[in-house]
Amino acid sequence: MPAFLNQLPIGLSIGAVLLLIALGLTFTFGQMGVINMAHGEFIMAGAYTAFLLGDLLAALPVAFLVAGVMGLVLERAAIRHFYRRPLDTLLLTWGVSLVLQQLARDLFGAPNVQVPAPSWLAGGVGILPYNRLFIMGLAVAGVVAVWVYLTRTKLGRRTQAVVQNRQLAATSGIDTGRVDMLTFFIGSGLAGVAGVALTLIGPVGPALGTYYIVDAFLVVVAGGLGQLRGAVLAAIALGLLNSYAEFWSDASLAKVIVFAVVIAFLQVRPQGLFVLRSRVLT
Amino acid sequence: MRISRPILSGLLALALTACGSGAAPAADSDEIKVGLLHSLSGTMAISEVTVRDAELLAIEEINKAGGVLGKKLVPVVEDGASDWPTFAEKATKLIRQDKVATVFGGWTSASRKAMLPVFERYKALLWYPVQYEGLESSPYIFYTGATTNQQIIPGLDYLKEQGKKSLFLVGSDYVFPRTANKIIKAYAASNGMTILGEEYTPLGHTEYSTLVNKVMGAKPDAVFNTLNGDSNVAFFKQFKSAGGTAESMPVLSVSIAEEEVTGIGVDNVAGHPVAWNYYQTTDTPANTAFVKAYKAKYGAAKVTSDPMEAGYNAVYLWAEAVKKAGTTEVEAVRKAAPGIALERPEGLVTIDGDNQHMYKTARIGIIQPDGLIKQVWDSDRPIKPDPYLKGYPWAAGLAGQ
Repeated sequence: MPAFLNQLPIGLSIGAVLLLIALGLTFTFGQMGVINMAHGEFIMAGAYTAFLLGDLLAALPVAFLVAGVMGLVLERAAIRHFYRRPLDTLLLTWGVSLVLQQLARDLFGAPNVQVPAPSWLAGGVGILPYNRLFIMGLAVAGVVAVWVYLTRTKLGRRTQAVVQNRQLAATSGIDTGRVDMLTFFIGSGLAGVAGVALTLIGPVGPALGTYYIVDAFLVVVAGGLGQLRGAVLAAIALGLLNSYAEFWSDASLAKVIVFAVVIAFLQVRPQGLFVLRSRVLT
Repeated sequence: MRISRPILSGLLALALTACGSGAAPAADSDEIKVGLLHSLSGTMAISEVTVRDAELLAIEEINKAGGVLGKKLVPVVEDGASDWPTFAEKATKLIRQDKVATVFGGWTSASRKAMLPVFERYKALLWYPVQYEGLESSPYIFYTGATTNQQIIPGLDYLKEQGKKSLFLVGSDYVFPRTANKIIKAYAASNGMTILGEEYTPLGHTEYSTLVNKVMGAKPDAVFNTLNGDSNVAFFKQFKSAGGTAESMPVLSVSIAEEEVTGIGVDNVAGHPVAWNYYQTTDTPANTAFVKAYKAKYGAAKVTSDPMEAGYNAVYLWAEAVKKAGTTEVEAVRKAAPGIALERPEGLVTIDGDNQHMYKTARIGIIQPDGLIKQVWDSDRPIKPDPYLKGYPWAAGLAGQ
């Protein structure tokens, strides 16, 4: 297959990575509007969970719990006091992210650690290695799970209700505080799952989160806040754009091109790909 | 205007420091302060923390043996945070505020370039412990790592001897890889090698599938890798899972030492060659002692590597120059340093009088399944440092660029 055709599956696989790291953010940032700069460190917590367990599959649920509980603690202890103060939240969570990075450095050391890839992921189909296909599968599974949760479960529908109109949801008897807690738990947990998957292709070290956080926000913003299908489309589009931009130029320029395209796009559609239809009058 | 007060007091503190008595070390004290300035956080921490550890070990050993000029060395450790302006700022702090006698520090060329004007301005000394791209010779920097003719050119000589005729160049996007690749291209042009591609990625880049696709499509005999930091982990993982092997396409790296191998995963890099001047397995009496002392201080599982050894050497070489000069005064130390020769873990190291670089032996090694590196080739004797490649006709014109 000519090299430029290879870029198509490569673009999709880059999109899957973007989607996986952004999925949790569609909850915490997309649904709740919390700019959580420590999201990357929840990804890192997931990766270190895989390192401690040494088993990828077992690490997936455990990392979800570990990162989820970290998110829960962060939300209850700090973030909930800063709702409706986005700039303060940004500073607060950025500080938390630095603290967590240093904590990882103290616990696991500054050098990267190695998570052995399972032998059944060696090899591949065509240009795509099995570990890339695994990540794509995980991203699809994650999207399906989130979609089912939001639209088919009582808790998920309550989450949507709170996002669309907090006051009305509260007067209908929904405990919005509990919903916030749960939403933050799931969003952070998903970051942990992404962290486990990323050990297959990237470094596992204290700075891991910083490599992915900007891309994660990019996907959520381009996709439209609170929009699952927006995040999916944005991730795939950015993945393909990245793949071909880098193929025809280089990695540094590709980054510039991707940012330029997203900025230009947001000029035309400041709300992102999809707009949340909300009954909030503000 | 709430923020004006801290800024004001900051300026005031700065002004007060500037009024201080300059860089002269306090003569009556029985201590000599030395600065250690490495990235202890950020993308470069993975590598630089170990160099700091090796320098601390050297300081401890020197103090145990009675110190320098009868005085104890006291390290002042600062974090450059993988951020080049921070390096310049912390260097200024070490020189002006702490009044250290010398600084050991830096890893990336960008950090060195950021610190260089600071050291030249205050006429203070920097000992820089990492192999770099050459084309520099500051009177206030001693370079204890390799310059290009002691690492990159021997690496190319090795690939040529192995019959590799085409290369793909992969590097991080900053001054070292870009300059190194200029030299590699000039070498290739005069040695019948072809360069099939040249790619750069930002520091901290983790998505290598496109780049690996380009490399695989170009089918080079070998890859010359000047990636730095965490990117190596992502590159080697993705290179291997795309089917790249050391047999079909060896990747010669100049920034991967024993310390990085663990983080990349031995499975992903075993069999690939690296170019350095020192390995943990280098067979000298000084190295046996160094490895033993390092493991005793930091743990049996720790490994030693080239930049660590160069940092460790730097402290000893500076101490030797101070002893010879009889003072820590910068100009006297600079005058005393040329010609100082010490048996170090890598063998005989001599300070060159012309450019303040070191005579070093070049060594090519292969990464072993146990994570250590086995030497397969060396230059027989220490090579005279030639940062501007004046001794290589094919490199004419490179220094001017």
